[in-house]
Amino acid sequence: MSIEVNSLTHIYSSGTPYRSVALSDVSFTLQDREIVGIIGRTGSGKSTLLQHLNGLLKATSGTVKVGDTEITAPKTPLREIRQRVGLVFQYPEYQLFEETVAKDVAFGPMNLGLSKEETDRRVREALALVGLDYDEFAMRSPFELSGGQKRRVAIAGVVAMKPQVLILDEPTAGLDPKARADVIEMVRRIHESEGNTTIFVSHNMMDIAVLSDTVMVMHDGKLVRKGTPKEVFSAAEELEEMGLALPPATAFLQKLRKEGFLEELSVAFTPEAAAGEVLRQLQREK
Amino acid sequence: MIRDITLGQYYPGESWIHRLDARVKLVATLLFIVGLFLVDDYPGFICPVLGTILVISMARVPVSYMLRGLTPVFFIIVLTFIINMFMITGKVLVYLGPLTITYEGLQTAVFMALRLILLIVGSSVLTLTTKPVSLTEGMERLLAPLKKIGVPAHELAMMMTIALRFIPTLLDETDKIMKAQMARGADFESGNIFARAKSLIPLLVPLFISAFRIAQDLAMAMESRCYHGDVGRTHMHVMKLAARDYISIAAFIIFFAAIIFEKIYF
Repeated sequence: MSIEVNSLTHIYSSGTPYRSVALSDVSFTLQDREIVGIIGRTGSGKSTLLQHLNGLLKATSGTVKVGDTEITAPKTPLREIRQRVGLVFQYPEYQLFEETVAKDVAFGPMNLGLSKEETDRRVREALALVGLDYDEFAMRSPFELSGGQKRRVAIAGVVAMKPQVLILDEPTAGLDPKARADVIEMVRRIHESEGNTTIFVSHNMMDIAVLSDTVMVMHDGKLVRKGTPKEVFSAAEELEEMGLALPPATAFLQKLRKEGFLEELSVAFTPEAAAGEVLRQLQREK
Repeated sequence: MIRDITLGQYYPGESWIHRLDARVKLVATLLFIVGLFLVDDYPGFICPVLGTILVISMARVPVSYMLRGLTPVFFIIVLTFIINMFMITGKVLVYLGPLTITYEGLQTAVFMALRLILLIVGSSVLTLTTKPVSLTEGMERLLAPLKKIGVPAHELAMMMTIALRFIPTLLDETDKIMKAQMARGADFESGNIFARAKSLIPLLVPLFISAFRIAQDLAMAMESRCYHGDVGRTHMHVMKLAARDYISIAAFIIFFAAIIFEKIYF
């Protein structure tokens, strides 16, 4: 499902001394079935932007269009929008509340008014997608699981609603390296199996570079850059000025080029790809 | 939105009132409230009204901002007004079916409403111009003499500081969990009272868990910085009365004397 955002502005606590402009004049268009990575410093407006995409926040001005529906128009049926646009918040494991994993995942589908059978089918499917075995986990309390498992349950709770747009706000925050890699793999798996548009925020530049079709850079409430990972991560100095960095492998290649060890500047995002680039250039020299 | 609640919220500023010692403001507010209850006729309100207007203009807190904090108690004021108006017997002015509005009723209703408004505005000046931390510290200092007879002044003040400090945190948390559940299709607004109470479970369970988690983290953080209660603890900011405070105390004594004078002689 495509998304169109037009000069979106959001001001918090307008008319009080705590007034702050969180988004100013943000416009962009996303294609159906894209994976979009959003980067930006803390407080750059990323989370505020995400909450506009399913109508949790009301725009101070500007419009948001999801598919053919303009969700900023008055009297838009928000429940239907929230079914189409699933939003997984930061640390989603803190929203778990049911006695069993299966019941918690079923909360969303039940709110949509689905039948018992359909709900059950979706719970099984969602748990499989996030990589949790139904028979092992369904009847356990979500509170006795590990941090990484809790997070998968919470993500399954949104996936089970089968949104056409899946938004994840820092899905890997606070996870150990293994759990982080698992979650990234899981996001890709869900995207491929559901054929949805996926938008995610991360501070891990490698995850962003490897996973995204398009990268958006937020800074001080403005969208300052939008392009392929290659385009965005070529502007190293610009990113650095905004307090952001390159993926380590990309930075490594740039440094090698700067010191004269490489003939040409090449862009790679993973250590493996960078090693391949270095080998290729060294072999050519011989 | 939840974050717009302003009752008792500090309004940052540098005015004369803002910089007064918290203890002076506390005692003055308490006496002001006592004074309001000493007033027993309309002329008696002249002093409190003028005093309140003077203090508000000195505090430089926008009146609109202050009134926003009043909206939650507006209901109570209206309710008292209506009950007083209809329930007091006397010379009848208007017949409304079985109900009557009397001259005495109307008079008492306006009188009570005026007293309530002054009471709330007066005390909200205190919380609007005093940081919660200075407020509780002021309370602790005022209660300090009572420590000798076993009143846990420090502990009370610390509990209040923590409670005040975590109101915004818990509001934020509530906001976040509410949004997360709304994103999963939860509906907090429709249905009858039972449906609504039930719809709060997905909000309350995570909120309680968060509150316990935050409390545990806080206790750990305090202990690791060697907090061990009151004994032997010093203050970072030692409260000391300045010239400004003495002038204000003098002004307040005159103000309070005027209220008593009016009560006795008029």
